[in-house]
Amino acid sequence: MTDTISPFVGGIVGTPRLRKEDPALLTGESRFIDDLQLPGALWIALVRSPYAHARIGAIDASAALAVDGVVAVYTGADLEGDWAGPLPCAWPVTDDMKNPAHLPLAVGKANFAGDGVAVVVATSRYAAADGVEGVVVDYEPLEAVVDVRDAASDRLVIHEDCGTNVAYDWELTPDPDGVAAAFENAVHHVTETYVHQRLIPAPMETRGVAVVPAPHNGDMTLYSSTQIPHVLKVMAALTLGVPEQKLRVVAPSVGGGFGCKLNVYAEELVCMTLANRHGVPVRWTETRTEAATATIQGRAQRQTIELAADADGKLTGVRATLLADMGAYLQLVAPGVPLLGAFLYHGLYDVPVYSFTCRSVFTNLTPTDAYRGAGRPEATYAIERAMDALAVAVGVGQDEIRSRNFIPTEKFPYDSPAGLIFDSGNYQPTLDRAKELMDWDGRRAEQAERRAAGSTMHLGLGISSYVEMCGLAPSRTLAALNYGAGGWESATVRILPTCKVQVVTGATPHGQGHETSWSMIVADQLGVDPDDVEVLHSDTAISPLGMDTYGSRSLSVGGTALWMATEKVIHKARAIAAHMLEANADDLDFAGGTFTVKGSPDKEVPLAAVAFGAFTAHDLPDGMEPNLEAQVTWDPGNFVFPFGTHIAVVEVDEETGAVELIDYAAVDDCGNQINPMIVEGQLHGGIVQGVAQALWEEAIYDADGQLRSANLADYLVPSAAECIDMKLDHTVTPSPTNPMGVKGVGEAGTIASTPAVMNAVVDALRPMGITDVRMPASPMTVRRAIEAAGGSS
Amino acid sequence: MIPAAVDYVRADSAEAAIAALVEHGDEAKLLAGGQSLVPLMRLRLATPTVLVDVGRATDLVGISVEGDTVSIGALTTHSTLEHSAELAAACPLLAHVASLVGDPAVRHRGTLGGSLAHADPASDLPAAVLALGGTLVVAGPGGTREVAATDFFTGFLESVLAVDEVLTEVRVPVSTGGWSYQKFNRRAQDWAIVGVVVAEGGAGVSLVNMASTPIRATAVEAALAGGASATDAAASAADGTEPPTDNQADGPYREHLARVLTARALTAAGI
Repeated sequence: MTDTISPFVGGIVGTPRLRKEDPALLTGESRFIDDLQLPGALWIALVRSPYAHARIGAIDASAALAVDGVVAVYTGADLEGDWAGPLPCAWPVTDDMKNPAHLPLAVGKANFAGDGVAVVVATSRYAAADGVEGVVVDYEPLEAVVDVRDAASDRLVIHEDCGTNVAYDWELTPDPDGVAAAFENAVHHVTETYVHQRLIPAPMETRGVAVVPAPHNGDMTLYSSTQIPHVLKVMAALTLGVPEQKLRVVAPSVGGGFGCKLNVYAEELVCMTLANRHGVPVRWTETRTEAATATIQGRAQRQTIELAADADGKLTGVRATLLADMGAYLQLVAPGVPLLGAFLYHGLYDVPVYSFTCRSVFTNLTPTDAYRGAGRPEATYAIERAMDALAVAVGVGQDEIRSRNFIPTEKFPYDSPAGLIFDSGNYQPTLDRAKELMDWDGRRAEQAERRAAGSTMHLGLGISSYVEMCGLAPSRTLAALNYGAGGWESATVRILPTCKVQVVTGATPHGQGHETSWSMIVADQLGVDPDDVEVLHSDTAISPLGMDTYGSRSLSVGGTALWMATEKVIHKARAIAAHMLEANADDLDFAGGTFTVKGSPDKEVPLAAVAFGAFTAHDLPDGMEPNLEAQVTWDPGNFVFPFGTHIAVVEVDEETGAVELIDYAAVDDCGNQINPMIVEGQLHGGIVQGVAQALWEEAIYDADGQLRSANLADYLVPSAAECIDMKLDHTVTPSPTNPMGVKGVGEAGTIASTPAVMNAVVDALRPMGITDVRMPASPMTVRRAIEAAGGSS
Repeated sequence: MIPAAVDYVRADSAEAAIAALVEHGDEAKLLAGGQSLVPLMRLRLATPTVLVDVGRATDLVGISVEGDTVSIGALTTHSTLEHSAELAAACPLLAHVASLVGDPAVRHRGTLGGSLAHADPASDLPAAVLALGGTLVVAGPGGTREVAATDFFTGFLESVLAVDEVLTEVRVPVSTGGWSYQKFNRRAQDWAIVGVVVAEGGAGVSLVNMASTPIRATAVEAALAGGASATDAAASAADGTEPPTDNQADGPYREHLARVLTARALTAAGI
């Protein structure tokens, strides 16, 4: 294994540090979209189809136009000529992928409950909402397709011009004969089917848009609560046919996204075109109900995984097949979500042969897309649940089956059977440490004691070991997967005349704490105070180059660009310092913000003097440009591969079916850590979000495609009261993919925790003969499983 | 999530509130803590045209214990009930139930009278007052009347309150006999999927979310009065109930929960 040791020696990186973002956030000083003061702005509200599938007949807006404050009403047909193209899907995973036209406002037919069919423009948000009630749409309801298997049968085709509900089929089977042989010769052959329910991302801040036009010079500023201002600028320019150089996109403070703000949405384009038409600012703030129905949802997969193993339980092959629900249309990266998991259905286990196939279909439900982890939680869930089934088949413990199959440390960098190169890993210590934190043997003894005593409060222990691929992504790899953009990231470091520092990053934060972490990196390198480093972001006029934040990429890609830009600035400063000291640049040391001549420690010049000298330019080396600034755009050579082991302990109440998470241990390895406090915060939130899929959250649809959990009373996002103290620890296996040796941690908790909890639930119930419980493991679901297994009345 | 336009009237006493209700008739709705009404208005499921805000009617706030009766002003918040030492001594069940309503923000705004007047079968406090054998004091233009809690609830979100009447006070007997509240839900802040209240050593047993109104578990009460064991009495907890079906539970599962939780409540109450 090629370890990259930490390049940081400044004493700042690697130490916990409070987030510099938080005072403004906690006091309400930070400005979100809805806080923007825009005099004269018009508000819009969308008229949305109440039906999951309906032909749109006549639309009568006369009552709406009579509402005081309503300025105009436009139907989908009225605005059809405003679009240069449909809403973009940037990931056509196959050349023959079906991509039905997705207009910002539907024309002819609405394809999910929540699809916009008209827009009311008014002088206030209230008038716009009143106007919506006055728009009468003559719908002809059609039968809805709500189940992926029903959709795949093409019994009823949603998009007639596609001729099928199948968006695409995609396969990754490097060695078909080898896979067939592995299953032919398997001593143990485990086949498991799992269902990932639909999840509503539910960030604290719903979406919002405000567009400020400058009618005379054609400039337009799009404010959006988005994760991707840079990508949005390009896509909006293409979709609306407006000149990109006239367009500025700003993401103000963004209150979370979890992937759902990694998209281009109808409301952004509708506000833009209406701002053009009316020549005044136009704005929209999403309601919580709209956030449930009109913002993308996550997961929504049905998966079958097969494991072939020898008599000892050593894996000899893995085969996975998916049926994925795209929803009514293809959103920005939706087709690629299954592909982000496609390489990881063998988890962190050493397997010689591998097969993955995916069929993705349209339904009459809200479109799906990336949601925290995007493909990797699904893959990890499948392999980790199936490994427990294999452990039972082989007759060994859940810990032992994993230890027997972990990729050995000496095999790194590891050529995976799916064609990836896992950069670095050392898996067994995470399992060992997690068991130690959990007192695994003690918990097992307690479980046995309860069973022996006939207790109806059953303990269950669940392990989930994971590896994930993040740090999206090498641009050439993305090209091979037909993704429509690159995976690089950009950073600029600017040392100001007074030796304060400005950093410009293209990685747009929406709650992750980039300002804190980025300033720590630069401060560590330059020997300045982190508070003297200002991080600028999220405005394409200030930060014109960027690929934004998703896929746990910001630190390993954007942070690396930043580290390199800082090194570049130091390189220039060194040349200036050498000139000032009349020494050779190679003979200078730089530490603690001061250049010294090797062997002559009294000959020194502080960075502040260099910075001011670069500004005055009175005495620079011949040919050197004034000022201290450097920009780097970095394209990673590989993904990074964080890993770890989580263990959950649950208590299942046999009488009621209630599941309570009572203990949790997590040992994660994200390589070198910049700010351990932020790492822990990401894990806390990520773990709870994954536990929520296991125990609470589900977008519940009825047979007509109506969402029955469209508010936070019915959609069970856990609160602090449902959280428990977690036992966290980590190992450090630096990544050789980047010079900082960092990996990613934004999604790891969510990836690991769902199978840990579900394995624990099944572990508790296995003596009753129960081998699976559908997520979420609600009390009624669990109780029904117990009753079906003949449990107590 | 954007409410329809509504006029706003402030009434700083019960008398002023009644006058406003008389003036505006059934277009008006009383606003106390707003923890049920305001969400319904935001979803436009409730569209009153006049809100009569009694939030500052201080004559409706307070807890007093005289003899064997606890009198609580209708505008007393759940949080006040939860933290009242006087109530904890005189009727610990009610203080405990109040501590389980919603979350802290809800408990600081929500009021006892508001919860009872809203008459939600899934709410905690109506069932508690029912099990305690409480009495509700109702004031209207013609004067004041007292209604037994058992007669107060008439249907889903419906009570005997006339459009021009105000619930001013809730009276419950001093009750320190064995008690328990078993609230079964998935998140701390949620309504009960099923709840079971046992008051005064089993003299009163009531059920949350097992019918269109909060109801007394009369079969359980009768069985206990007849000397049945807790286990045997609990077996009849679902008798006569008409539980709803929603995302969380169907009827048969709710009936099962009612039996399990009643057994637990009786045990916890020392029966």
